[in-house]
Amino acid sequence: MQKHESVTTIPPVEVHDLTVSYQNKPVLWDIDFTLPGASLTAVVGPNGAGKSTLIKAIMGLVEPVSGYSLIYGKPLEQMRKKIAYVPQRESVDWNFPINVFDVVLMGRYAHLKLFRRPGKGDREIAEDALRKVGMLEYRNRQIAQLSGGQQQRVFLARALAQQAEIYFMDEPFAGVDASTEEHILKLLRELRATGKTVIVVHHDLQTVSDYFDQVMLLNLRLVAFGDMKTTFTAENLQKAYGGRLNILSQVIELSRKAEFVREEGHE
Amino acid sequence: MNDFITEFILLGDPNIRWVLSGSVLFGLAAGALGCFAILRERALVGDAVAHAILPGVCLAFIFTGDKDPFALLIGSVIFGWVSLVVMDYIVRNTKLSSDTAIGMVLSVFFGLGVVLLTYIQSTGNVNQSGLDAFLFGSAASMLPEDVKLFGMVSILVLLALVFLFKELKLVSFDPGYASVIGYPMKRMEFLIATLMVVTITAGLQAVGVVLMASMLIIPAAAARYWTDSLLAMLIIAAAAGAFSAIFGAAVSYGVPSMPTGPWMVVSCAIFFTISYFFAPVRGEYRRKRQRRLLKKKITGENLLKVFYKLYEMDDNRQKGRTISDLVKRRNMKPGELKKSLQHLVKNKWLNHYSGNPEAWTLTDAGFDEAKRVVRLHRLWELYLTQKLDLEGDHVHDDAESMEHMITPELEAQLIAILNNPERDPHQRVIPGQNGSNIAEGGK
Amino acid sequence: MALFEFWILLTACLAAATCALTGSFLVLRKQAMLGDAISHAILPGIAIAFLLTASRNTFPMLIGAGAFGLLTVYATEKLQEKGRLKSDSSMGVIFTTLFAIGVIIVTAFASQVDLDQECILYGEIAYVPWDIWFFNGINMGPRPVWILGFVCAINLAFVVSCYKELKIYAFDRQLAVSLGLPVIFIHYGLMSSVLFSTIASFESVGAILVVALIVVPPATAYMLTQKLSLMLAGSVIIGVVSAISGYYLAVATNSSIAGAIAVMTGIFFFLAVFLSPSEGVLIRKWRARAGEKEPGETPESLKTGSLSV
Repeated sequence: MQKHESVTTIPPVEVHDLTVSYQNKPVLWDIDFTLPGASLTAVVGPNGAGKSTLIKAIMGLVEPVSGYSLIYGKPLEQMRKKIAYVPQRESVDWNFPINVFDVVLMGRYAHLKLFRRPGKGDREIAEDALRKVGMLEYRNRQIAQLSGGQQQRVFLARALAQQAEIYFMDEPFAGVDASTEEHILKLLRELRATGKTVIVVHHDLQTVSDYFDQVMLLNLRLVAFGDMKTTFTAENLQKAYGGRLNILSQVIELSRKAEFVREEGHE
Repeated sequence: MNDFITEFILLGDPNIRWVLSGSVLFGLAAGALGCFAILRERALVGDAVAHAILPGVCLAFIFTGDKDPFALLIGSVIFGWVSLVVMDYIVRNTKLSSDTAIGMVLSVFFGLGVVLLTYIQSTGNVNQSGLDAFLFGSAASMLPEDVKLFGMVSILVLLALVFLFKELKLVSFDPGYASVIGYPMKRMEFLIATLMVVTITAGLQAVGVVLMASMLIIPAAAARYWTDSLLAMLIIAAAAGAFSAIFGAAVSYGVPSMPTGPWMVVSCAIFFTISYFFAPVRGEYRRKRQRRLLKKKITGENLLKVFYKLYEMDDNRQKGRTISDLVKRRNMKPGELKKSLQHLVKNKWLNHYSGNPEAWTLTDAGFDEAKRVVRLHRLWELYLTQKLDLEGDHVHDDAESMEHMITPELEAQLIAILNNPERDPHQRVIPGQNGSNIAEGGK
Repeated sequence: MALFEFWILLTACLAAATCALTGSFLVLRKQAMLGDAISHAILPGIAIAFLLTASRNTFPMLIGAGAFGLLTVYATEKLQEKGRLKSDSSMGVIFTTLFAIGVIIVTAFASQVDLDQECILYGEIAYVPWDIWFFNGINMGPRPVWILGFVCAINLAFVVSCYKELKIYAFDRQLAVSLGLPVIFIHYGLMSSVLFSTIASFESVGAILVVALIVVPPATAYMLTQKLSLMLAGSVIIGVVSAISGYYLAVATNSSIAGAIAVMTGIFFFLAVFLSPSEGVLIRKWRARAGEKEPGETPESLKTGSLSV
């Protein structure tokens, strides 16, 4: 806490000793970092390293075993409006009876009271967001009729419509066409230019250093985090992707089995 | 009561012999087959198929004007099959999900069956009485010719399960792999579906269509708590199914107004409850017990650590340690501490100190054990700080409980990647096997 | 139309509308079988209420049914979580057991409990016109009409007032949580709505028709439209049309009204599956033959597996 007093601006995201355990899914272990504002950060790591779990835990979608995260120095509940989330495309049923514009309008719901309907201002914001991702002419399409890249852009537009300060994106570049990739990239840079903080789970090691200015290497624990130039090194990559964590993962596995037995007792 | 014993238990009544053997054969087949339904996550498909064969039964009756078992069998199998095809078609060709397809088929086909059933009742055909026994099952209404046919069907299902066990196992576990190594998947699917439909048909008169699903689901779900082996699961489920058939038939025989089906289900549910709590492999009671044992072990090991640290401080193994000595080093609840001390005395790791019954010393075995625990603790601390760059005071509580999980193999790995360390991050000696530190012990 | 006919039709239509509203969300959430489970599992609650009060009082029956309905939802979730069973298996264990216990109670106390096994399954909608509610000695019309009308109004109010929350909850639950919407409230609101709809409809139309009305008209409407509001309206209309046509089918064939309504919902469903102008099987076949590329992804590519036993 003393750190903050010496720094004039409050960091957008702070994560303290975050530990997450799932029954059979990856575990995050003792994650601790502070994210600077107006930055583009890539979260990189092997499959099952807990990349999605990390952003879900920060957003409160997954209950951590211990630790906590702060958004602009405050607990999440007070700051939800400052956060936007772009989930993986597979997380929803694209056959849902709803059109493109409706999905984007959902981004405005955080700003609406219960029972209230979106007004004219909300519609304009949603239209604007669609225009930014180049999908305005598709506004009345049913979402199942879109290509994968277009669906991804709709999700991005929804996040933009939230008018948040921090954007969490879970693999937005996965399985999209070249033009969508370009679009998303342009958008990310615009967001950074306007002072937003963007955290992106990324799987393509080839493009990481071109697209982002910060990188977080993850493998159950935080391997390294910092500026792209100093952090995205062969040594750190070897640490994140190599087999060095063998013992930790084995011990975690054993204690998870025991943990499972222990959890059962909490009636 | 005497009648009950001579006629039911001793099978004095030939009618009962028939009824019982028919229900038991069905119970065996349904229990065993249900295991595959559950493992393939198709539990409620059986529910839909069971409801969907009602129109088949009614149509067979309308065409023959009689409850001829063979006609009923044919009618049921056709409708059971059609219902499966319809569900499959909906899931394949529309955006609807499988649960919607199941609910649709179940209610619409059953509705058709009810329409036909009420239509038959309104025509006043004298043979129709007893047709509604198919709803909830009435073992007493089974005739020898029914039993002969449906019993045969059950036997065929059981034989198919025995001879195709390894194929069914693979197909249920990993259909993709089965198809890659050249299994005729279409034919396997056809076979499993057929087995399901005929089993359900065989149980019609015993359980009725409404509760059929429970005979497929409950024995299999209960059996899962007893074992991790598919074969054993099949046998347990089949036995549970057979037992419930006897139970249901007995109640129905004793109180003729009672339908058989619900009592079969209730006996299955009792077995399920017992399994859930007391089954030796995955039952709740055993899990709780394991949890308690684990907690006891961790508390005991932490206490041994305290004894060892006290020994390190004054280098006196013989000195008795009192409760206040112990609590000073590690904060423990008094009740927990006392229990743990008793546990350690029972394990012969501690002795009561001769001079003072309120003080304890380590035995030789206890000293070795304490050394082992301390060694693991310090190795683990070293690993966390050296290899994972965690600061010593920054280590989460989880790290403390994790050290209790380290197996001898992992210990060896730790020693190897830490290059036979001598001291932990706080510069305390890591004790080795023989009282020396590891570096010496390893030589 | 004779008065008794009017009451029967009104009851059926109200049940159809009530179930369609709540069923639409169950179908979209892929929880269609929950209606089946609840409609079976509430039987012991109803039977016990019957036994204790020795009357057909609505209020105790609602409490009994409500208690067992909640027990089903809760026990299914718990068994899935703690008992490590798949959701369909745990649901199957709970509701079949409770239903069996209900049938046993009904049979054992047949002299006190004026319910027979068949009416549990397919209701007694034909007797609705004679089940009159007297308020201060005044004939208010059939009791089930009042109950269903009340629940229908509640459902409608719930759907209209929480429309945007329900929509987002059904489409993307994670987004709803991350936006800080009252997801727990919506979840339990929907579960209560399912519970009330099932209980209110159960008595007059029976367990099976409840399932048919919850699942089939929403599924039919889902095949016809790609807009949620139209799907809700469509499922109510399809339910009502099925109820009316089903009634006349039953009269013509001298058979069960509930069964005939279920059959009609099925007929409309298959018409929609084959003839839907947007995504019917025929139009897709025709498009494929004409060499037109289907818009978006084909359903086959979205499905991971097929459904057979």
